Amino acid sequence: MLKVRIIPCLDVDNGRVVKGVNFVDLVDAGDPVEQARLYDQAGADELCFLDITASSDNRGTILDVVAQTADECFMPLTVGGGVRTLDDIRNLLLAGADKASVMTTAVKNPEFVRQAAQKFGSQCIVVAIDAKSVSGEGTEHEKFEVFTHGGRKETGIDAVQWAQRMAEYGAGEILLTSMDRDGTKSGFNLPLTRAVSDAVSIPVIASGGVGTLDHLVKGVTDGHASAVLAASIFHFGTYTVGEAKAYMQNAGVPVRLDPSTHIADNATRQEGQ
Amino acid sequence: MAVAIIDYGSGNLRSAAKAFERAARDAGRDIKIEVTSDPEKVLSATHIVLPGVGAYGDCIQNLRQCDGMVEALQQAVIRERRPFLGICVGMQLMATAGHEFGDHEGLGWIEGDVVALQPDDHRLKVPHMGWNDLSFTKNRDHPVLDGINDGAHAYFVHSFHFRTAAPAELLSHTQYGGTVAAIIGRDNIIGTQFHPEKSQATGLRLITNFLNWSPAT
Repeated sequence: MLKVRIIPCLDVDNGRVVKGVNFVDLVDAGDPVEQARLYDQAGADELCFLDITASSDNRGTILDVVAQTADECFMPLTVGGGVRTLDDIRNLLLAGADKASVMTTAVKNPEFVRQAAQKFGSQCIVVAIDAKSVSGEGTEHEKFEVFTHGGRKETGIDAVQWAQRMAEYGAGEILLTSMDRDGTKSGFNLPLTRAVSDAVSIPVIASGGVGTLDHLVKGVTDGHASAVLAASIFHFGTYTVGEAKAYMQNAGVPVRLDPSTHIADNATRQEGQ
Repeated sequence: MAVAIIDYGSGNLRSAAKAFERAARDAGRDIKIEVTSDPEKVLSATHIVLPGVGAYGDCIQNLRQCDGMVEALQQAVIRERRPFLGICVGMQLMATAGHEFGDHEGLGWIEGDVVALQPDDHRLKVPHMGWNDLSFTKNRDHPVLDGINDGAHAYFVHSFHFRTAAPAELLSHTQYGGTVAAIIGRDNIIGTQFHPEKSQATGLRLITNFLNWSPAT
């Protein structure tokens, strides 16, 4: 059975993680490569790097970070922020990323998603959507709209229709952030998550607003998401990836537990200690 | 020893190369890992890896356009029986035919065809993306599968799957609204639908086993 993915997200600015991770054995809290390695050992199912400033002059920095991480982590790595051209995607892949996440460029030029999917395959094109409830909240006529620029700029685009269009253009996955919940720790916008997940045939990653482990469960059971992404609950050490997985399993959500359990090779095991 | 990872313009080869380098290092082996589009390098390699992501038609076309590559593969893999690993679409290319965006003739090394995933549960999303568990029904003594047990998780991402014609060539499967081939193989040939280079400890174990593999010639 396919497992629900738990994806920690690292916000990277100029090659350094902005929000620190509260791992006890972390030597350098700002080093994304070290954090990635610890998440790898903790059993994270994928990792997401968000280049939050994403100005062109630090693009080289994120490529270095991706390359160093790819040397250490053998799980899928998504990199987003400032992806504007097919060459940007190619450079990320050459550095060792597996997927590139596109948001603003897709809104400005939807055909870019089609071109990128044709060139690199749908499996490596993630379309990130930041959305909010804009009307009819709590009713069956609730409307959700796409926002850019960290939720500050409205686009007038209906989030559900946008997700469907992006799937049709070849996106392999939707990274859906509840912008009205981001940073509130009050849980995903579940009506939004469910509306988008039910409307597209590709996987949806729920993001934004996670404050408790039950929020992760609800994202799957009520929001119908295929994967859940969280930043601060892991970064600040509120919960570990392992605790999140154990909680979800108890709640009946299928997760991948202890990746090394089935490996009989001691050398492989010791490496994680 | 030298591993040739074939570069025919498809996919993320750095990921694959890094995983092979890591497996070689952990095993304390001095193995040259080379990403190459040169058929001569394939002919001189001891182990050959064919990765691949994207659409079947594009992949087989690009491989055929890579001058002399298919002939080099036939020589090294079929006639000289050197260990070969196909990954994802690289595994699917071994089929008789693929039916993604049209009908395409494959390498014809493993009898079967590559068809769209159609999970019997409409709630299941396509692509099949994420960690799924492996089931082994037979061939548990295959050297490349050593130490990888029933229930081990591997990372899949695909919308098409390999329907093998010969049951004996299906070494492992997973469930996704039906049975999906996870590992296929015969003789000196093995292929994984999942990405061993992205499957953490399970994947590194499989790669290490592959590097240690000396199939009968």
